Amino acid sequence: MLALTEGPIDGEAVRRAVATTAAGAVVVFHGTVRDRTKGRAVRWLEYEAYPPMALAELGRIADAVTRDHGLLGLACVHRIGRLELGDAAVVLATAAPHRKAALDAVDDFVVRLKRDVPIWKKEVFEDGAVWVGTPDDPQGARTAPAPGPREGAR
Amino acid sequence: MRRVESGAVRIEILYFAAAREAAGLPAETLEVADGATVEALRATLDARHPGLSPVSRTARFAVGERFAPASQRLAPGDVVALIPPVSGG
Repeated sequence: MLALTEGPIDGEAVRRAVATTAAGAVVVFHGTVRDRTKGRAVRWLEYEAYPPMALAELGRIADAVTRDHGLLGLACVHRIGRLELGDAAVVLATAAPHRKAALDAVDDFVVRLKRDVPIWKKEVFEDGAVWVGTPDDPQGARTAPAPGPREGAR
Repeated sequence: MRRVESGAVRIEILYFAAAREAAGLPAETLEVADGATVEALRATLDARHPGLSPVSRTARFAVGERFAPASQRLAPGDVVALIPPVSGG
């Protein structure tokens, strides 16, 4: 299961999508909306996606992470639209015969998601709003990535 | 294989997030020289939309829903997206 949704994510459904009696470990990760960024109070977040490419990238990353860690299953749902503090923006589940692979795969997947999946987050503060990572982001613009395909993600 | 660089090709451009706000629109159709590269398109878009260049400078491009190198040549009907630094998760 790989999906984008505009409503709350059903974390239990994401877990069920990877459940198998061959697994000795199932890990479910919730990425949630934090109330502060570098000490500045966040009011809410707006997520935007390029849906067909986001799903295609999620699929490419899922294939690579499943292969690299020998997973039995991987499911990920990312929410878009307006999210309030505490809401889950992303839920990821991994299943593996043993815990280390399932745990390591979660971090690997999230790192790749944050680098290559075309989803953007706008942080809304009391006195303004900013697309995270862009040049007008007061937290500092990210270094421009190499413009070509990121082979490391495949 | 050498392409014949003549005429113009019609492509679609998609803008997201900071790029959409800087360009002032979510999408447009545009004609570029046949054989134009992604890098040449970046300059074309900067000239077309004042204020886009700070965003386009840090953006990657996707062609047909895949990240494309700056040297990639554009073909008729290509759907090209500006991908500002992503921040999902």
